[in-house]
Parts: sequence; structure tokens; C-alpha cells
Amino acid sequence: MIDFNLIPVLPEMFLAMAAMGLLVVGVAHGNSSTNVISWACVSALVIAACLLFGMSWERQVVLNGMFVFDNFAGYMKLLVILGLITALAISGRYLEILRMNRFEYPVLIVLAGIGMMLMISSNNLLSLYMGLELQSLSLYVLAAFNRNSLRAAEAGIKYFILGALSSGMLLFGTSLIYGYTGSIDYGVIGATLSGLTALPFGVIFGLVFILAGLAFKVSAVPFHMWTPDVYQGAPTSVTALFAIVPKVAAIALLMRLLFEPFAAAQGQWVQIVYFLSLASMVVGAFGAIAQTNLKRLFAYSSIGNMGYALIGIVAGTPEGAGAVILYMLIYMVMTAGVFAIIIGMRHDGIRANHISDLSGISATNPVLAYAMAIFMFSMSGIPPLAGFFGKLFIFQAAVAEQYYILATLGILTSVVAAFYYLKIVKVMFFDESVEPFEKDIPFARRVVLFVAVVFLLAFIFRPEAIVGSAQSAAASLFI
Amino acid sequence: MMDFPVLSIMTFLPLVGVAIILMIRGEPEDVERNTKHMALYTSLFALAFGIFVYKGFEGSNTDFQFVEKIEWFPALGFTYQMGVDGISVFFVLLSVFLTPLCILASWDSVKTRVREYMIAFLVLESFMIGTFCALDALLFYVFFEGVLIPMFLIIGIWGGPRRVYSAYKFFLYTLLGSVLMLIALLTLYVQNGTTDMQVLMENPVAANMQIWLWLAFFASFAVKMPMWPVHTWLPDAHVEAPTAGSVILAGVLLKMGGYGFLRFSLPMLPDASVLFTPFVFWLSVIAIIYTSLVALVQEDMKKLIAYSSVAHMGFVTLGIFTLNVQGITGGIFQMLSHGIISAALFLCVGVVYDRLHTREIARYGGLVNNMPRYATVFMIFMLGSVGLPGTSGFVGEFLSLLGAYKANTIIAAFATTGVVLGAAYMLMLYRNVVFGPQDNNDAAAMPDIDLREIGILVPLAFLTIYLGVFPGKIMDKITPSTEKLISDFQAHVGKQETPAESAGAEAIIIGPENKEGSHD
Repeated sequence: MIDFNLIPVLPEMFLAMAAMGLLVVGVAHGNSSTNVISWACVSALVIAACLLFGMSWERQVVLNGMFVFDNFAGYMKLLVILGLITALAISGRYLEILRMNRFEYPVLIVLAGIGMMLMISSNNLLSLYMGLELQSLSLYVLAAFNRNSLRAAEAGIKYFILGALSSGMLLFGTSLIYGYTGSIDYGVIGATLSGLTALPFGVIFGLVFILAGLAFKVSAVPFHMWTPDVYQGAPTSVTALFAIVPKVAAIALLMRLLFEPFAAAQGQWVQIVYFLSLASMVVGAFGAIAQTNLKRLFAYSSIGNMGYALIGIVAGTPEGAGAVILYMLIYMVMTAGVFAIIIGMRHDGIRANHISDLSGISATNPVLAYAMAIFMFSMSGIPPLAGFFGKLFIFQAAVAEQYYILATLGILTSVVAAFYYLKIVKVMFFDESVEPFEKDIPFARRVVLFVAVVFLLAFIFRPEAIVGSAQSAAASLFI
Repeated sequence: MMDFPVLSIMTFLPLVGVAIILMIRGEPEDVERNTKHMALYTSLFALAFGIFVYKGFEGSNTDFQFVEKIEWFPALGFTYQMGVDGISVFFVLLSVFLTPLCILASWDSVKTRVREYMIAFLVLESFMIGTFCALDALLFYVFFEGVLIPMFLIIGIWGGPRRVYSAYKFFLYTLLGSVLMLIALLTLYVQNGTTDMQVLMENPVAANMQIWLWLAFFASFAVKMPMWPVHTWLPDAHVEAPTAGSVILAGVLLKMGGYGFLRFSLPMLPDASVLFTPFVFWLSVIAIIYTSLVALVQEDMKKLIAYSSVAHMGFVTLGIFTLNVQGITGGIFQMLSHGIISAALFLCVGVVYDRLHTREIARYGGLVNNMPRYATVFMIFMLGSVGLPGTSGFVGEFLSLLGAYKANTIIAAFATTGVVLGAAYMLMLYRNVVFGPQDNNDAAAMPDIDLREIGILVPLAFLTIYLGVFPGKIMDKITPSTEKLISDFQAHVGKQETPAESAGAEAIIIGPENKEGSHD
């Protein structure tokens, strides 16, 4: 039966058409139209979010089983769109100053966004791959967007080569799964696997390859090597994008894949994810200690944070999945705030991103310093800030499933991580001031900072609404 | 039981003060002055609420009083719940009593970033009150851990030369202990489905599970207390913190550890508490004797008092784990008395530090000649710290030792030597600073304490003597709650049969990490 229900795909279709249309406008008007296109992209994303809100969030599978839309997909897509808007909003001034304000930039971000939304909604290993590649290819270009910079070019190439390798592994895993289950459709794979008494070796093998490929995308250890280099080399606005959004999509993809088709193989994948999680937390915590570059530091921080998120997947319960969603949301807000500050840093008039460049900004720019301190304490998981609750629910899910070792080791690494977050606070508050910061913060960046700070501070008063929606989104994965 | 949420108002009042301080605008000097006044009035308001709570508190009633309960997170069983009983009410009082004194003590000595300083202290006050009032384990944890942020900034921004190192050490040590407690709290939550502390107290978990949970809680409270051998952050933090920071640290923050033992370890994990009693006893005795000896050789006044704090906290843990009425009330009383006396001693050090900017004992001498009033109040606190009968220090130490004697004679004998050593180092400190020849001209030229300093120190001196002479006034309110604690304890201990299922096996695997935490 051919299925022509396109309503659930509407936001993606709208964004794709908008992106292509804007590309045409850009070609016609050249780089002078970048500002207009940027705002058009933001509005397109806002409209896509409105479309999402307008749709029924009941589970629907369309396009012959390629595409699924449910509560979980809706929630994660909203997060992605929010992240994309934030990334676009904070990068405006920066692009101008670096003379990178070419019209392709916002369009590529929207294209990457379409890829991410397709990833979240994929219901088939092939649509998974399509979404992933659309996202990745856009991001490769963005990483090397500052083509005059050697580092950016290096970052782009490195990201591309390693990303291509991971895609290859993913495809190889897919072919194995197809060979042993006879299908690439999530539903069929799930039904086939749950009908088996023992999993064939080939399925486990394929699962390992798929997980390795996806671990690249979420930068889980031991597939994390690209992260620090790409974060450092890419233009800061792109790094902000990398840090804020793609991981949300990749984690969502991983969750759907593991909880839906491979639910029957939980005993197998738990061991892998357990290791990925533990290794990521440890490497993220210890790797960041020696860093002097803020972007590299936050690359390690993101590795560690992915480790915490994976704990929730290890727990394998709806509560765990809800905790992961919540964690990603809070992490996204904190990262957006952090990068809204980093992107405005400069030293002697030149862009700077060393920790020492923050020295003593509490005296020269107290508002930024306090905002940054709030982000840092929140990332260290100190109550009453929201970051604490992210960790709380993750660890609660792990303890409820009696993963005591993982929870204990995880929380101990958070103490190590607190050390380097505190280092930033220390530099800002305890050291002598070196150089005033960029004083005039653009309006959009102020809004991002303000929203992030208020969110982190106020989360404790009304956690119910946000946690409840995350939990119900997660519940739709476990039907 | 009152409709008026007095505890919440008291807890969040300082934050209202913070909001007002943030709105102060004008010339820098005006802002500074208004900030100081605002901070002082806010803390005095909180003190007024504290006195109101104390007046309304019924000593014979062993239930939690002034209870407030609001659904915070109904789907998950977290509630916002506040209340005080005979154990916690005095810690709340101590917090609201010491904060105004701290603000007064920093009136002239803090010159940079006054606004931030006052904000940090008010936030700290709010979290301290919250810690002692919280009746929900998650809420308790939020406050308990939240204290780290303002204290880290206080030590790190306004501290001495090695402030950064000390601030880090303080933060990471305490955090390491606390996160293990978080895992234990989550385990309790998963077992009971709620974080309501009253429910958790009534339903202890299986005995073999308790061991690991106890160790996790111990990692947190022992660091906070601090107990030997995890006390090393305290001398550093005390030495580097500004005077008021040391006062709060010694006066209130250390008590959170003891309070935690009374609130969590004993009632929720009774079997494990019995099991680990000898362990705690020996650690306490080592703390008392060893840190007293260390205190004897200190050349820095603050460091000496810091080590004496560790020794005095040894009496507290000793008293608490005797598990009899005398010991526990003694432990609580000792904490309160130490909160007053050590706070006062740090303020006394602050007085001379403000004048000479050194804490080295050898730089002083013969202060009795030029600072007679100072010598008098200092003597009262010194004798209180020694435990002279007639001061509050005596009551706490005596009861703790009495309880210890009932529980274990040998331990009591060892612990008593600490009293002698305590007298030795305190008298030595006093002799070297206040008596002796006036070798240092600048020290000899220091003016005596002024009205503000008298205003800070005299209330503390009065309380030291008052509580020493009339301990019954507050004992009447502490004892019923302690008796209830012990009767509940005896009702629960040994009743938790080990279930046949694998709870034990899983509990064992958290072992090594916990040990790491408690020894680190």
C-alpha cells in the first residue's frame, strides 16, 4: 500500500523548500543578502516549530515505514530547532567580524537541521543513514567554513575523514543486520529479534558496528578523538553549533534505535553502552584538566557529558530515557550560554579563546562573569542550579536499575570535572584583570544569556512541567 | 503546627535582602554603605524570626514543629517540607545568630567588592537555615551542597595569600564526600519511593544494604565534620578564609556533619551505625589526641584554633555514637557550644589581625597591658574552649565523656586526655598572645577593642557563660527529641532481616568507591 500521508513530514519539507529557496535568493543577491537570509532562516525554523506544535503528536508511521513521528520525535525536534535558532542568533556579529558572513552559512545550518530532524524520525536503517549524512555533510562544510584559516581547514578535513569512516562502519553494520534479519525496517527488525531465542552472531556483530558508527557522532570514548581538534579548529560560531545541537539529534537517534528495534538485544548493547559511558566520563573529566583553550576544554566537557547521558540509556527504562532527554535539554541550555560568552571573547582586539583571557572579568564585566559562574556551577552539578537536576535524574535511573558501580564512578568523575569548571570561575574571580572584554554584547546574545541564566536558576521552582514532558516524550519510545 | 510558614520566610528572607541589595544604585561609597546596612538589617530580621521560632518551640513535643509541606514534585515523591525538632532548632538559631555578627565583623575589614561579599553571606545564611530546616532529603541535599558555592567564593575572593588552593581543597573535598551521599540518598529513595525524611526514618532498609549506605553518608559527613583523617582541608580553609568566613565555617558549616549523623546515619541506618560504632570511636579518639598534639606546635593562631576544632568535633562524634542520652545530648551541646566559642575565638583573632595583619603568635605578646578589655573577653572564650566548669564548653565535653564512659571505658579514658591537651594548647596560646613581655612595639601600640567589637564579642561571651551556668534551659528542649531518637533507634535496630534476594550482592559492589571517598 502506498502511503501519501505527508502531514508528519511537513516541518522537514517546509524547511527543505525554504532552504533551497533561500539558496536561490542568495545566489541572486550575493553575500550582501546574508543578514536577510539569516533572519529568514530563523523565521523558517520558527515556522517549522509552529508546524510541529500544530500537529498531532500521536505515533504515526508514514512514507512506507521510513519515517515515524511520535511524542519523542516531536520533543526532540523542538529541542533541535531551539538549538539551531540559538546557534544562529549568537553568531551574527561574529561572522561579520571574521568576514565569514556568506549566505551559505545559515542555509547550511538549516540543511543540517533537516538532517537532524530526519535522524530523529527515522524508522528504517536507510532513512537513518540518509538523515545522518545530510547532517554530517552540512557540518563538514561548516567546520571548514573559514577557509582562509589553516586550523579550520584541518578541522574540516579531520572531521570529514573520521566521519566518513564512521559512516562506513555504520553502513557495514547495517548490511549485516539486513543479512541476518532480512530487513532494514525498525519494526521488522524488532519483531524478528524478539522472536529469536538466541541472537545470531552476525546481528551482534552488526549492532557493534552500528554502535561504533554512532558513537563517533556523539563523540563517546573511544571514538572521541576528533572532538577536541574540530572544536578548536572550527570557527567559534560553528563550534557553538556543534556543541549545542548535533548531539541532541545523535542521542535521540541512538535512543530510538536501541529502545525500538534492538530492544530484544538489550543484554548485548548494554555492555557496549556501559563501557562507552564510563570511558567517556573518565576521559572527559581527566582530559579537560590540562587544557588551556576554552574550546578544547568544552570539547572534553561535552565528551564527559555524553557519558552521563549514556548512563540513562544504560538504565534502559522509560525513567532513564526521560532523564536523558532532560539532561540533553539542560546541557543544551548551559552550552548555549557558555558559547554565547566565548564567542564574544577577544584579547588585544583579536579573537581569543584561552582560559587566561577570562582573567579577572568579574571586575571589568561582572554580569558576564556571574553568568559564566552560574553556567560553570551548573555544569559541575551543584544545586540549586538546573545542572544538578539533570545529573540527579540520570543517577536516579541508574540506581533504580542497580547500576551502583556506574553511578558511583560517574559521580566521582563529576568531582574531577568540577575541578576544571572551577578553574574557570577561579580565573574570572580570583585572578587579576588583564583585558576588558567586548563590551557591547549584541541583543540576540543577551537574550540567549538571559534565558539560559533564568532557566538554570528557576528550574528548581517548577521542575514538574519540564520533567513531566520529558518523561512522557520518553514513554512514547516504550510502547 | 502553624499556618504561617515561618521557617520558609526565615530561610528565604536573606535572599530577599540579596534582591534588594542588587537594586541599590548610586555612588560607590553610598552603595557600599547601604549594602552593609541592608545586609545587617536582613540578618537581624532573620534573627528575630529565629527567636520567634525558639519562643514558639515546645520542648516537650518530640514531633517536628512548624511543619510546612508543599508538593514540589508530586509525580516523583519529592516534597518541599520544612520543620524543626529539638535537635535542629538550635542549629537554626546558631546560624541566624552568627550571621549578623559576621556582617558586623566584616564592617571595616572587607574593603573590596563589598556588595558581592554581603550577597555571598546572605546566600550562605539562607542555605544554612535551609539545611537545618529541611525535612525532605533532596531539599536537604540541595541546601547542604549549595553552601559550597558562596563559601568557595568567600574563601577564594576575600581570603589570604593561599586562598585559591584552600578554596579548591575545601570545595573538592566536600563535593567528593557529598556526591557519594547523593548516591546513597537516591538508593534510599528508590527503596522507599519518597525522599520524605520522616518516612525514611521510620523505614530503615535491609541491614546489609545499610552498611554501604552508611559508608556513603559517612564519606560526606566525616569530611564536613571534619573527622581525622579527612580533616586536612579545614586548617587550610580556616587560615585563608576571611575572619567572618572562618566564623561561619567553624560555627555552622562543621555542624552540618554532626547534624547529618543525627538525622541520617543514626535513624535511617541503625544497624550499620551499631556496627561502625567502634570505628567511629577510634577515629574520634585519634582526632582528639592527634589533632590536639598538632595544635600544640602551631605558630599560626588560626591554624591552632582550626586544629582545636577538629579535636572538639572528635568529642561530638564520640558523643553521638555512644547511642545513649547523655552522649548524644552532650554531642549536640558540644556542637552548639563550639559554634559559639570557636566563632568567638576566630573573631578574637580577627580583632588583632585587623590591627597587625598577621596571625603569627610570636608577633604578639603582652596584649593585656594595652588591650585589657580584649584580654578579658579572650580569656572567657579561651576558658570555654578548655572546658572550664561554668562555661558551655564544660557541659558538652562532660556529657560526651559521660556517655562515652557508659559505652566504652577505655575509649573514654583516652578521650579524656584530650581535655588536658586542650587546656595545654589554649593556655599556651593565651599566654603567648596576651601575657608575657611586650617584645613587639607595633603589637604593644594596638588600641583596645572599640564599641563595635565589644558589641560583637560580648553577646558571645554572655552566651558562653549563660549556657555554662544554665545548660538546663536548652537541655530541656534537646533531651525529649534525643530520647525519641534513641527509642526509635532501639525499636529499629536488629529488625531489618537480610532479604534472601540479591540486594546484598549488589550493595557490595559499591564498596571500594565509598572507601576511596572516606579516606581521600
